[in-house]
Amino acid sequence: MNPTGLSGAAVAPAIPHLAIDPFSYAFFDDPYPAHQEMREAGPVVYLDQWNVYGVARYAEVYAVFNDPLTFCSSRGVGLSDFAKEKPWRPPSLILEADPPAHTRTRAVLSKVLSPAVMKRLRDGFMASAEAKVDELLARGSFDAIPDLAEAYPLSVFPDALGLKPEGRDHLIPYASLVFNAFGPPNELRQQAIERSAPHQAYVTEQCQRDNLAPGGFGACIHAFSDSGEITPAEAPLLVRSLLSAGLDTTVYGIGAAVYCLARFPDQWARLRADPSLARNAFEEAVRFESPVQTFFRTTTRDVELGGIVIPEGEKVLMFLGAANRDPRRWEQPDAYDVARKVSGHVGFGSGIHMCVGQLVARLEGEAVLTALARKVGSITMSGAPKRRYNNTLRGLESLPVTFTPA
Amino acid sequence: MTTITFIHPDKSSQTVDAADGDSLMLAALTHGVDGIVAECGGNAVCATCHVYVDDAWAAKLDPVSDDEDALLDGTAAERLPNSRLSCQVKVQPSLAGLVVRIPDKQS
Repeated sequence: MNPTGLSGAAVAPAIPHLAIDPFSYAFFDDPYPAHQEMREAGPVVYLDQWNVYGVARYAEVYAVFNDPLTFCSSRGVGLSDFAKEKPWRPPSLILEADPPAHTRTRAVLSKVLSPAVMKRLRDGFMASAEAKVDELLARGSFDAIPDLAEAYPLSVFPDALGLKPEGRDHLIPYASLVFNAFGPPNELRQQAIERSAPHQAYVTEQCQRDNLAPGGFGACIHAFSDSGEITPAEAPLLVRSLLSAGLDTTVYGIGAAVYCLARFPDQWARLRADPSLARNAFEEAVRFESPVQTFFRTTTRDVELGGIVIPEGEKVLMFLGAANRDPRRWEQPDAYDVARKVSGHVGFGSGIHMCVGQLVARLEGEAVLTALARKVGSITMSGAPKRRYNNTLRGLESLPVTFTPA
Repeated sequence: MTTITFIHPDKSSQTVDAADGDSLMLAALTHGVDGIVAECGGNAVCATCHVYVDDAWAAKLDPVSDDEDALLDGTAAERLPNSRLSCQVKVQPSLAGLVVRIPDKQS
């Protein structure tokens, strides 16, 4: 009998079991109390609803991201374990791959989306954002989600990729499907997959070389099959990665930034006073709202994390949004601060799988926020915002706003 | 600890005692040195932690990898022969006294 419980270092601490369902509508409506409960419960928790381990503190999320051989992606980055269940689509060659296979495909996409490529796109992206903001100022009142957060990326990204004009309306539904499918077999995932056939057919077709305009990201990917870095059979699947992850994510990111600026007038005033803060203001919105909320990994061996032993073959759910507001890492984590030193946030992930398109996202975000800061005097919400539900993505369905000119 | 001096575009300088094993980028962020943005947090994606290494030191650093070389082609400020990404330079005792200049823009 040891009433103090201090029987020696050999006794492993018990893992906290929590009843939180991070894929429920109630959670999506307000995840922050649950984020805090998970962070305070311990460095690693167990979520009984889906029988998964969870990490919500910054240190453990960072640790899982940066040990990809122990916490692998090739068994899927959703709840479904590819070792036990057939994936709903052919696995991604980059997102759902581990080194060394991942290293080769990642290198190709890194080159296609490099800082040098962004320099060439910059002027065009900035001009499109200015035109979009001029058009919205002329309208005055509009819905900032479809009319700005969706309309702007749709005006630049599919062209940069080299997609045909026809059928682009499949892009957002396809991405929504991909991100819902990372979740558990709930209503959101099942409905998305039931309705997936036409979107999958479109995407599969557009990834073929003949359908991609010269000079675009898609054609550049296929060109790497000529020089042997990838095979001709791999190229379409890598194009698919840009179609899956390159559009809807930036829609949510821009939506998050506009929602922040509409809610926090003091921060909007700082941005207006110094438009050079635009890029950082976008980055801080990605930390603050964390448009990509979660990703899973699967353990390849028994591993100790935060004093807890996780057995081999277990799913570990990382809460990016909770890590990005962990008070152990961030001062005033629940404040949106356009001048915050935000380097190190995990809104784009971290480590070898960190978002390969993050430079495109930042360029789009900077372009929109720069145009807003230069041209718009006030942003006011003219109706109640409405949330859009997705198993992985956090954002709005509708954000009615009114712009007045500067 | 290794002493590193950062020189800002306005010629003002900051000397910090950097932890050995950290990257030069992390040393700058940890010690509140402005001008090194490090958008990607040290994952060699973004080229926003660009520095110019003092000529006396350039040859003493580990050579530029192919990945770093490609990223340096995309820096916002002009790439020079002594350009480096500070996330790829590891602080170590042999670099005591290292001087680096920070460019006027990172994005």
